[in-house]
Amino acid sequence: MNIYVLLKKTFDTEEKITVQDGRIEDDGAEFIINPYDEYAVEEAIVQRDKHGGEVTVVTIGDEDSEKQLRTALAMGADKAVLINTEEDLEDGDQFTTAKILEAFFEDREVDLILAGNVAIDEASGQVGPRLAELLGISCVTTITSLSVDGDAVAIEKDVEGDVEIIETSLPVLVTCQQGLNDPRYPSLPGIMKAKKKPLEELEIDDLDLDEDDVEAKTKTIDIFLPPEKEAGKVLEGEIEDQVKELVSLLKNDKKVL
Amino acid sequence: MSDKLLVIGEVRENDIRNVSFEAIAAAKQIDADAEIVGVLLSGSDLTDAGEELITYGADRVVTVTHDNLKSYTSEGYGQAILEIIDELSPKGIVMGHTSIGKDLTPKIASRLSAGLISDVVDIEKDGADTVYIRPIYSGKAFEKKIFEDDFTFVTIRPNNIPALAKDESRSGEVTGKDIDIKDLRTIVKDVVRKSADGIDLSEANVIVAGGRGVKSADGFKPLYELAEVLGGAVGASRGACDADYCDYALQIGQTGKVVTPDLYIAVGISGAIQHLAGMSNSKVIVAINKDAESNIFNIADYGIVGDLFEVIPLLIEEIKKVKA
Ligand SMILES: Cc1cc2nc3c(=O)[nH]c(=O)nc-3n(C[C@H](O)[C@H](O)[C@H](O)COP(=O)(O)OP(=O)(O)OC[C@H]3O[C@@H](n4cnc5c(N)ncnc54)[C@H](O)[C@@H]3O)c2cc1C
Ligand SMILES: Cc1cc2nc3c(=O)[nH]c(=O)nc-3n(C[C@H](O)[C@H](O)[C@H](O)COP(=O)(O)OP(=O)(O)OC[C@H]3O[C@@H](n4cnc5c(N)ncnc54)[C@H](O)[C@@H]3O)c2cc1C
Repeated sequence: MNIYVLLKKTFDTEEKITVQDGRIEDDGAEFIINPYDEYAVEEAIVQRDKHGGEVTVVTIGDEDSEKQLRTALAMGADKAVLINTEEDLEDGDQFTTAKILEAFFEDREVDLILAGNVAIDEASGQVGPRLAELLGISCVTTITSLSVDGDAVAIEKDVEGDVEIIETSLPVLVTCQQGLNDPRYPSLPGIMKAKKKPLEELEIDDLDLDEDDVEAKTKTIDIFLPPEKEAGKVLEGEIEDQVKELVSLLKNDKKVL
Repeated sequence: MSDKLLVIGEVRENDIRNVSFEAIAAAKQIDADAEIVGVLLSGSDLTDAGEELITYGADRVVTVTHDNLKSYTSEGYGQAILEIIDELSPKGIVMGHTSIGKDLTPKIASRLSAGLISDVVDIEKDGADTVYIRPIYSGKAFEKKIFEDDFTFVTIRPNNIPALAKDESRSGEVTGKDIDIKDLRTIVKDVVRKSADGIDLSEANVIVAGGRGVKSADGFKPLYELAEVLGGAVGASRGACDADYCDYALQIGQTGKVVTPDLYIAVGISGAIQHLAGMSNSKVIVAINKDAESNIFNIADYGIVGDLFEVIPLLIEEIKKVKA
């Protein structure tokens, strides 16, 4: 099988967010593989080990994205591709990202594409379904189980807590939800091997794209932090009195009862 | 002829989801003069649901009933919506940021080569621009976005943009449209229901959420009782789900549901960053935890340091009193 994983690097979840001039300050921040994309990498490896074939991990990013790609290779992916837009493109949105990926996949044989359900930073969840539509292949989002038998694909999909049992066929793009698997940690030999695995770097020229083809449809005009929450009030006194005070505050001050 | 905005409504077990009414209100905020056209799709008759959409502000409603629309698939729904768009040429679309909304809207946007701003919590006017505000970095920051071209396409997060008051005197046309939905490549064979009956978490006004501190599935019983007297729903931390006290359907957080109720009561939850990602934008947060040092108190409006098994029954009694 020709298996592809779409990978985005994101801020470490634990990072404190600071904003400067309407932009997220990311100097010195730790970046990680988007947690949902870790499920995608893991599932790709599992499916390859079962059915044979090759796992290629693709990211659109900058020079620094090599780090996350090497991690995916160390987990067990076979190849990595970095589409580096740093030099050529200033602005972009989900339309841009999907268009670049479409061009990348244009003359490739694809059986299975795995993406994350959502990237935890910008969190639109658009890229997977957008790309599937551009490629004209089936798409199932938020999957928690995947089995492939020949061309037939059986999927369990999380729908707000319920589980849908879905049947479709290859080629398909799926987006991965928590519960699909437990991503492995890269092993030491894995990390050593990853250094020698192929990592190809492309620019949008190599994909026959012009800036105009991928011009963003939306624009971020500002980023701001939510108002600092006032320190909460920890109630005091006998528990009975605390409960009375709480109910009164909820009813009279906050008017939520 | 005035411009049209489509509002794609959602029907679940014969009821229209509240977020669909909120989407109508959002469409009005985007353009008060536009004709709001509701769209409803299903396997069964939708006339009553269509009329209800009108009482919440839609000017007219187009319904499509077809066997292939019984279960939601992006393919089936996509075919119907694209055909309606083709016929009506709206200047924009609004839908809820629900499981279906998240799955369907990027595909339609892709087909229309349009931008899409997902998970909007607020809409502002800035001169001629309509500005959409959405949380990023798990609610730790917000961004303001605008469209670069004329087409507007947004999904709205439930419980943030208030619906208009129901107005029974409003009237409008509900038209059934015949669309031939072609065979689907992807089919839903079965649905295993796991979510508790009653109120959907993402739309609940009040949520009582339990964590590992609740200690057992039995321990959740008082929480259900509290939720009931408050007319709310029960949620959980991943700690509680991992320990099998409740189903993952209830999980709130970065990898669970994102909720913004008016009142969130966190019971026996420590307040890990991944949990906060799902609830920190709630309007009022109450924490009940026996450890005064736990992080949940840092984001709570009100905290009670104490044993939940002692506090919850008292709380239920007190609320019953003031509600009586
Ligand atoms: C050239 C360019 C310039 C950009 N400029 C800006 C900017 O100025 N400001 C700004 O805020 N954002 C910018 N972006 C980022 C862009 O707005 C989105 O972050 C991106 O489209 C992904 O959207 P999302 O974060 O909502 O991901 P989602 O749609 O939530 O991601 C879902 C899944 O799609 C896949 N995916 C997402 N992004 C990528 C990727 N980059 N590579 C491979 N797979 C991916 C992953 O599997 C991910 O789990 C730019 C992007 C590009 C390509
Ligand atoms: C990638 C990733 C994603 C994650 N996603 C999520 C997510 O979506 N949602 C989520 O919730 N977590 C998520 N987590 C897990 C998260 O990090 C925490 O482990 C989890 O939230 C802890 O659950 P908890 O607060 O119930 O348990 P604990 O941290 O064990 O806290 C239990 C609390 O109960 C209190 N307590 C105990 N007994 C009593 C009593 N009798 N009365 C009152 N208080 C009592 C204790 O003082 C303690 O504060 C994620 C983690 C990772 C790494």
